[in-house]
Amino acid sequence: MLIAVWKELKKAPFTAWFGIAIILSYIIVAFFAPVLTPYGETQVVGDEYAPWTSEFLLGTDNIGRDMLSRLLYGARNTVGIAFVTTCLAFFIGGMAGLIASTVGGWTDQILSRIVDVLMAIPQLIFALLLLTIVGTNVVNMILIIALLDSTRVFRLARAVATNVVVMDFVEVARLRGEGIWWLIRHEVLPNSTAPLIAEFGLRFCFVFLLIAALSFLGLGIQPPTADWGSMVRENATLITFGDITPLLPAAAIALLTVAVNFVVDWMLHASSGLKD
Amino acid sequence: MWPILRMVIQRLGLGLLTLFVVSVIIFSSVEFLPGDLAQEILGQAATPETVAAFRKELGLDRPPVERYFTWLGNVAQGDFGKSLANNREISELIGQRLLNTLFLAGFAATIAVPLAITLGVLAALYRNTLFDRMINVFTLTSISFPEFFVAYILILFFAVNWGLFPSISNIGPETSFWDKVYRTMLPAITLTLVVVAHMMRMTRAAIINLLASPYIEMARLKGIKPGRVIVKHALPNALAPIINVVAINLAYLVVGVVVVEVVFVYPGLGQLLVDSVSKRDITVVQASSLVFAATYILLNLTADVLSILTNPRLLHPR
Repeated sequence: MLIAVWKELKKAPFTAWFGIAIILSYIIVAFFAPVLTPYGETQVVGDEYAPWTSEFLLGTDNIGRDMLSRLLYGARNTVGIAFVTTCLAFFIGGMAGLIASTVGGWTDQILSRIVDVLMAIPQLIFALLLLTIVGTNVVNMILIIALLDSTRVFRLARAVATNVVVMDFVEVARLRGEGIWWLIRHEVLPNSTAPLIAEFGLRFCFVFLLIAALSFLGLGIQPPTADWGSMVRENATLITFGDITPLLPAAAIALLTVAVNFVVDWMLHASSGLKD
Repeated sequence: MWPILRMVIQRLGLGLLTLFVVSVIIFSSVEFLPGDLAQEILGQAATPETVAAFRKELGLDRPPVERYFTWLGNVAQGDFGKSLANNREISELIGQRLLNTLFLAGFAATIAVPLAITLGVLAALYRNTLFDRMINVFTLTSISFPEFFVAYILILFFAVNWGLFPSISNIGPETSFWDKVYRTMLPAITLTLVVVAHMMRMTRAAIINLLASPYIEMARLKGIKPGRVIVKHALPNALAPIINVVAINLAYLVVGVVVVEVVFVYPGLGQLLVDSVSKRDITVVQASSLVFAATYILLNLTADVLSILTNPRLLHPR
């Protein structure tokens, strides 16, 4: 198994290697943030908007917290929250999709029509509407985005699983008298994972950007949590003085999404066997 | 001709149905509040009598179905009710801002659509060359960038370092057309960069798909130049998917303006929406969500209908 993965990796283009390296380094930073950072996440350590010095490598933010420390903690908060949200979206959407295609009939019809309607409303607008009603905090945001994004996962999971459900081995299992859960766990899910894994990367990017956008608008992850989207918002005035510090958290977001996209692109390419 | 007309009418009917369901969702979302709107606005400190009186003033004492149809009837006549935050007529707040948002989205589209199609055709023409791979990396990158990152990079270079365009797109109803174009240049470029990638990739894919067809082979064997084969023979047949993706991206543009408007302090509908969300001004949020959702649905519907109308196989049934 590992040898096969290594063989594929050796054939991978430069972009894929670059992507994997970036993703790994983000994971390391997220896990070891407290060790790597010179100061605390919300600790006020100096003047406001201090320039880059040896004491504060990337200067300080709008209330005097160390920029570098917050940037490193952001890997844990922003990426962690996006990851949890994507997992939740996959759990809801994947489950519903597999159930819809395995059970079929009315269950499928009802779930599919609900998803159609939810997808007709633009995601950001729907998220904003729901956030107004339930109030803006992190838990609400995670639940809302996971729910809205699960509609996309549902579509794919259902489409993939529908092709599996008609196979003879599923028919055999059905005739043997296996229940729905058994069918999903032992027959349908194992045969639908490959496309779902590539989709996970794409959905993660989408969720990550949506959360960053909401936090940037001040409606997502709330202060004083170190989060890349809100860090850009809080320090944006510096840009008008030609200081690039506020662009760093935005660049951190961009770099990770580029990396994930490169890896997904390579995975899709490798699995489709296309040369074009 | 008849089957195609029936398909179009079916799509239109489906679109109207979606619009109706969406309006029900937007209206009834408020019903899920823990208390109700009156309680929410007045807060916990209000006496039951004031809450009851306010409830009556908002019409909350009537059954939801009746309120929905009254609301829908008023919305159809352009009356969205009043803002909870400052008691102003919502239609007054929205009117000019909607025009501004549509101006920005339209401006971005006039740059983005020709650019995307040209790049897509070029990428298909020079496929698998260095140029194609560079465009592929560039588009993957621009899809991955958050909108505010692109916006601030543009501000840093074009506004702060070189002083070419203003970093704040402050326009009013009396601003002249060219002045508007000048002031909205940076937000329009930002939006362009965001949507070009997707449109370009679809154009390239649609054309490359066709290049294996026998009539392209024939054209090639006749000795026609590769550029002419693509523009004259492949492009017209790839139009349906291209028109579709263009319309979908226009729909995305109208919605995608939200973040960009906030960055450039542009007086559009998106900014109003964000402000109202943080103020929890529910009636304004409802109204602007409805306007956004309706525009989005209508543009997607247009995409559907156009892709039916431009499909040669449907137009000339045997």
